[in-house]
This record gives sequence, C-alpha cells and structure tokens, in this order.
Amino acid sequence: MLSFSLKRLGLAVLVAVAVSALAFLLLRASGDVATALAGEGARAEDIENIRRIYGLDRPLLVQYLEWIGKMLHGDFGQSLYFKTDVLELVRDKLPTTALLALFSLLFALAVSIPLGIVAAVYPNSWVDRACLGLAVVGQALPNFFFALILIMLFAVMLPILPVSGSESWSNFVLPSVALGYYVAPPFMRLARAGMIEVLASDYIRTARAKGLSGPSIVLKHALVNALVPIVALAAVQLGFLLGGSVVIETVFALDGLGYLAYQSISHLDLPVTQAIVTLLSFIYVGLTLGADLVNAWLDPRIRVG
Amino acid sequence: MTEISTLPLVELVGPSPRTLLHRRLLGHKGLMISVVLLTLILLVALLAPVLAPYDPYAQDLGRRLIPPVWYEKGNWAHLLGTDNLGRDYLSRTLYGARISLLIGGSVMVISGLIGTTLGLAAGYFGGRVDSLVMFVTTVRLAMPLILVALAVVATIGGSLWIVVLVLGLLKWDRFAVVMRAATQQARGLEYVAAAECVGASTLRIILGEILPNVLPHLIVVATIEAASAILLEAALSFLGLGVQPPLPSWGLMIAEAKIYMFFSFWLIAIPGTALAILVLAINMLGDGIRDVTAPAAGRA
Amino acid sequence: MPLLEFDGLTVDIATPRGELHAVRDVSFRIERGETLCLVGESGCGKSMTAFALMGLLPPTARRTARKFRFEGEDLDRASAARLSALRGDRMAMVFQEPMTALNPAYTIGDQLAEVHRRHKGSTRQAARERAVELMEKVGITAAAKRLGQFPHQLSGGLRQRVMISMALMCGPTLLIADEPTTALDVTIQAQILRLLVDLQRDLGIAILLITHDLGVVARTAHRVAVMYAGEIVESGTAAAVFDLPRHPYTRGLLSSIPVPGKTPPGARLGAIPGIVPSLVGELRGCAFRDRCAHASAVCAMPVAVRSERDHDWRCVLDARAVAA
Repeated sequence: MLSFSLKRLGLAVLVAVAVSALAFLLLRASGDVATALAGEGARAEDIENIRRIYGLDRPLLVQYLEWIGKMLHGDFGQSLYFKTDVLELVRDKLPTTALLALFSLLFALAVSIPLGIVAAVYPNSWVDRACLGLAVVGQALPNFFFALILIMLFAVMLPILPVSGSESWSNFVLPSVALGYYVAPPFMRLARAGMIEVLASDYIRTARAKGLSGPSIVLKHALVNALVPIVALAAVQLGFLLGGSVVIETVFALDGLGYLAYQSISHLDLPVTQAIVTLLSFIYVGLTLGADLVNAWLDPRIRVG
Repeated sequence: MTEISTLPLVELVGPSPRTLLHRRLLGHKGLMISVVLLTLILLVALLAPVLAPYDPYAQDLGRRLIPPVWYEKGNWAHLLGTDNLGRDYLSRTLYGARISLLIGGSVMVISGLIGTTLGLAAGYFGGRVDSLVMFVTTVRLAMPLILVALAVVATIGGSLWIVVLVLGLLKWDRFAVVMRAATQQARGLEYVAAAECVGASTLRIILGEILPNVLPHLIVVATIEAASAILLEAALSFLGLGVQPPLPSWGLMIAEAKIYMFFSFWLIAIPGTALAILVLAINMLGDGIRDVTAPAAGRA
Repeated sequence: MPLLEFDGLTVDIATPRGELHAVRDVSFRIERGETLCLVGESGCGKSMTAFALMGLLPPTARRTARKFRFEGEDLDRASAARLSALRGDRMAMVFQEPMTALNPAYTIGDQLAEVHRRHKGSTRQAARERAVELMEKVGITAAAKRLGQFPHQLSGGLRQRVMISMALMCGPTLLIADEPTTALDVTIQAQILRLLVDLQRDLGIAILLITHDLGVVARTAHRVAVMYAGEIVESGTAAAVFDLPRHPYTRGLLSSIPVPGKTPPGARLGAIPGIVPSLVGELRGCAFRDRCAHASAVCAMPVAVRSERDHDWRCVLDARAVAA
C-alpha cells in the first residue's frame, strides 16, 4: 500500500505543477491583459504604465517563477479589485464553497445510490424505468434554470427556505439541491450498472449458496464491489462541483469562492482569478489522489496494478 | 428433401448484420423519438427566417412584456409574448435554436477532432505516447473549465465564435478518455493483428480497422459533449460572459429576463424549456445508440 | 430413509424465444454417506438440477416437483426463508470456477466465519477456530495465516480447497459439487477428488457430484445418473451402469473414452453423431432418437422407465438389440 501511495503522490505533484503553469499561461496569454485592464479609450502610454506596474512586461517564465516562489511562501499578492490580500480573501470564501460542494455531493449520493440499488435489484421493473426516466430528465435541465425555478417555488409559493444570502445552514439547502441534482444521474446509472454486474457475479452466487440473507448479500457483499467506480466518480464530480459553483452561488447570492471568482473575472482581477483557479486545481488533484487511495483500500487487487 | 444448394441463401444464413442493426434502430422507441425531435429542431432552426413572424432584433417599446397567447392578456399577434424590449419571443426562441445547434455542433466537431486523435494515438501506440496523453488529459481535467472559459472570454471579449473556440479547444477530455479505452479494446481484436501482420500502414490500420470499431463509442460521446457544450454556453451567456446581446441565445434570454421573473415567469420558462428539450433529445439519441450497439450492458 | 429424494423435478425457464425446459421430470435419491454422480454433457440440465435443489434458480425459472424431501422434511412448498436457512447449513455447494467464487473485497477468514456465524450464531473467535480446523482438514497449509489473506493471493487449487472447507463449516449432510475440478490442472484435479473421497469417509457426508468426465465418475461414484436433454436416461450403481449400459447414449459416452490397456492403438473412438435437440417448446418422446442408430417409430411416444435391480433406464430397446 505504501509504495502505491508514494507513486500516486509523485504523479499528483507533477500534475499540480503542470496545471499551475498552464493556468498561468492561459490567463496571461489569452489576450493582452494590460490593454484589458486599462479599459477602452486608454492611451498607449497608459497601457505601458499598467504593464510596468504589474510587471507584465517581463518574460512569461520570469513572471511564472516569481509567482510560484511567492505562492510557496503563501503570498498570492493583492487583489486588484478588492484591494486586500488575496490569500485572506480566498480563505474567507473557501469554507462556504467547500460546504456547498460537499452538501451537493451528499445530496446527489443520498438520492442516487439507493435508487441505483433498487433499480438493480428489480431490473426492468417500473421502479427501474422510473429511475432511469428521472435521470434522463434531470440531466437535460440547465442548472441555472432549475435554480430559478426553485427560487420561484420557495420565494413565492412555499416560503419555508431562504433563497439568498449565506447566514445560516438553511441557506445551503436550495443551492445544494440546485447544484447536486445535476450530478445525481451519472451516479445513479453507475450504481445501477455496477450493482447489476456485481449481482450477476459468481461470488454473489456463493453468498446465496451460504444461505446469507438478502440485505446482507446486497449491502455487504455486492455494494462494496460496486462502489469502486462510484468513489472515482465522486472525486471527479466534487472537483466539477467546486468549479461549477460559480453559477449557483451567483444566482443564490451565496458568498463563496464561485461568486468571488465571478466578480474577479468580471473585473479582470488577475491575482485573485489565478489564485482561485490554481487552488481548485490543487484540490481536484488532491481529491483524485484520495479517491485512488480509497479505492486501493476497498479493492486490494488495485494495489498490485 | 430440398437440396441444400437450392435454398435461398438468406434462409440458411439469416439476415445480414446491417439489417439486424437497422431493425434494432427502428425498434428502439427512445432513439426514434429523439431522431424525430432533433430533426424537427434542426428544421426549425434552418427555416427560422421563414417561420419567425418578426425580426428577432426588432424592438417595440410600446409592446413590452406581453404574455403568451394562453394567458389572459395575451394575444395572437405574439404567440409567445414579447420581452422587456418588445421583441417577439417566438421569433427570438426560433433563432435561439440556431445558436444552440451551432454551438453544440461546432464544439463537438472541434473537441472531437482533438480528443479522438489523442485517444486513438494513446490507445493504439500505448507506452510513452499513452502516458503523455493521460498526463495531458489529467492536467486538463484538473482545471475548472467554467472558470477558465469565463476568464478567457472576459479578457478577449465575448462573441459566438470566441465561445466556440474556447469551448472547442478545452472540452476534448472526455473524447480522449473514451476513445483511448475503446481503442485499447479494439487493438486486441484479431483482425487488427492480422492487418499488422500483412504490413498495412499504421494510418490505414487506425482508420480502416480501429475507427469503424470505436465508432459507436465516438457517437455516444459526441452526443454527450454536444449537449454539454450547449448547456455550458447557456451558462456562460447567463453570466454575461458568453454570447453578447442582442443575440437571442437562450441562456442570455434567461439572464435578461431574470429581473422580471416573478411577474413574467414565461420569459425564463420558454427558453429554459427549449434548452431542456434540445438537450433531452440529444441525450436520448446518445442513449439509444449506446443501447442499440451494446445491448449486453443490462439496460432496460 | 434416503437423505435426499426428488420425484418429478421440472425446471422451466421463461426466455424471449419461448419456455425452455431445462430439467424434465427428473427423479433420483441419495442415501446418507454415498456419492451420486450426475453425468452429462454441457447444457443437459445437471447444473440446473443442483440449483433447483439449493433454491438458487434465476428469477425467470419455475420449479415444480411431485416430491422433494431432504432429511425427512418436505421442501416442495418450502418458503424462501426455510431454504435459505438450510443452504450453507445442512446442504452446501461448491462451484466450478474457484477463481471467481470468492468475494475479492473480504478476507478468507471473514468469508469462512460468516457462514458459521449466520447459521450457528457463533462468536467471531469460535468461527475462526472452526475455519482453521477445516482448512487443515482439507489440506491447506499455514491455515491460520490464510485467514487474513485475500482471495487473489491464493492459487486456483487452494481457492477450491477453501470453497470446500467453506461448504463444510456448518457440518452439512449433503455436499453438492458442480464440476469441482473442471477448471483445475490435471494433477490438482486428482488431489481434489481424493480429498472429496477422504472427506466422505471421515465425515460421512453424502456427495452429489456433477461432472461431464466419466473418469471422475469411475473414481468417486457409488451410484450414477446419466442426464441427457434435461432427463435422466439411465441411473443405478456405478458397477451396474458401467458393466452393462442399457441406454444408447450411455453406451456412446463410454465408447468415446479411450481406456489404457483395453483400447487397441489406432482403433477409432466412438462418436455420437448429431447435436443436442433444442429444449424450447413442446417435447415428446425420447430426446435422443434423432441421434440413435436403433431408433424406431415407437421412440416418438413417451418412453417409460424400465427397472432391473437398482438399475433404471429410459429406452424401449432390449439389451441384445443395443449390443448388436
């Protein structure tokens, strides 16, 4: 288990470095940042000034190395728009987004896994078809549209949940549903397909031959083996949820990283945008690494491969 | 007893695989429904200039926020009502189909070309090429797509073609991953080995033997990516960093209508439902093709 | 009183093409402590018979029986719960493919202990001790260490031994072995078969051994039942059936095996022409008649079972006619 973990860790570090470089490149090279910062109607010398002030006139590699160096010391620079320390800003907003992503994932799993199991235990029944139908429709609904519908419902017809702001736990309910519902269908299909395949395997037949009870067979013997792809997907989806929170946070006025990203991007606040993109990438790499390790623990055969 | 040689060949051997495939295609209800639906939407989009009763950009401030015809205050002159600038909603919705289909199609093609090339190469050559492609794909996956797209558009400026380019150049990851897996499977097939023995060139093998085998997977991923691109553009436009006004992108229409939402719900309901129907049809198409070409996966 | 008695067992499976009659009016019995070999080629219904016995049929299958008695208890109308209580406890099964029969996510010890704890309510410690005891009995070395190992760390032969010890955990009176050696190397095959014979002698268990290999039958069987196309076409003591096979199919099977010392070099081995008939839809008369050199019009009618001193067979022919 140890050598496997070390190998995976090394790979993760490599990916993280590559991502930070790529993000850096994309953000600075996708257009002339100085011109964009200066705004319309700026004169050539204004643009040059800006370029010099923000150090945009030096070679990209130098800029990158300087940024990396500072980052490793925890210095992400100053926000151009908010005029405060970037790290503080991000640290402030991260918990909100992390909670949102986590709740969304939990919601999605809580809905999809039981449905997937039931659909697999009674394949081709009306339950199965209903689950698949729900999955298909859920995947077609744009999340900002669904969010607006939820707001309409709970602001006008059923005012029992808050539809904006981030003061208390109840503020997270609707946004979690609006963000989580979209990732539920893939989990449900995966759970269903995985369970169907596992339930048809020889070792389940052995478990039946031993006279074990139905729930024991489905939950103890089958589910564990069907979980492996779900864990892998969960890591990927968590990363997607963190990045995709932009829309939902903006709609529900949830003061998290996504909303911060939207604001900083709209105002071309480069240091903040860069920090957020890099941070989210590192989190994704960490999550997939974690998922790999969890899977190796669940299925001992993976440790050898 | 009839001489074996005089029996029609079809009776002996059975219908050809192609005929069987056609039968399965026609028998799959979801697939047929989606094909009909998509064809309809495509026709509507193509014929929008003919079908739309008004110019989608023509403002008429004297006729703002008229509800659709099934409301009390609606009238037949504007079947789906008008928006906050008096523009006919039916016309805008029809033209919006063009934008969504254009985005979906173009992004699918661009990202498909990039991703499929990478996936085929990784799956066929294996070894270092594979490791490199997987590394690049992992790096791409680690980046939050929406944020990067938003940032690039913010810097360059938004327009239909910028969105197509940005999404097309970034959304190839799923193509690469699926095509790689499918190619690895196809690579092990016996007639690929046979072609290699005969000395066929690599390009010929990839295009002639591997590609036909992985085609079903390619089509399924293409539908997923097209639907995803459409939703992504809608989200970008909704945030103001995608297609720019006055273009009738459905996502943009929802953004513009947000402040009137509580009193004129149809303003967001119509483009939202249109998006859902289009994406639903595309997803059903992909599901149907997957069912028909690989029925042994325990699906209903 | 026989340990297991089956009369008129029928298994029908619903398929898109119609009803598949996998097992047709099968009757047999097993006495305590004896080995009955169920022989036949692939698809003849022998595995289905075993599954029907254990209640492991797929949901699309329907089982009917005039009589089904095990340990003196009538089971033909038994509930699923009753069968589940018997499975693994009084009757146990070992399957053909040891490589996939164990759950990869749990240790050997867990999987062995679990069946004992389920049926006997024992503590984890007690169950594990019993597991070690049985593993040593089936010849697994370093048994205590094996408890903590995972299935993928064991070879095929070892896994099959684990399966056997798992079947014996609760001290069953009937062990069903479905082609237990088919997937193993020839040398391991011999070891496993010898193990089964020894276990029977030591523990007094009855064994229903399913196989397509007549060599296995010769080494282990007290009694034999030959299955073809879902029916038992001949059954009796091993000696009787091998000495004087009455059914043309049995004769065909026996003549297709080379016997070292008896079969002259260069002699042609018997082969049975034709293929097994489809088991879907209406079936009447002898299923073997299309492949039988001695078939006549009367074979298209339902064939009665003939008996002679613990040797039964389904054929209208006389011994002399068949030998000719």
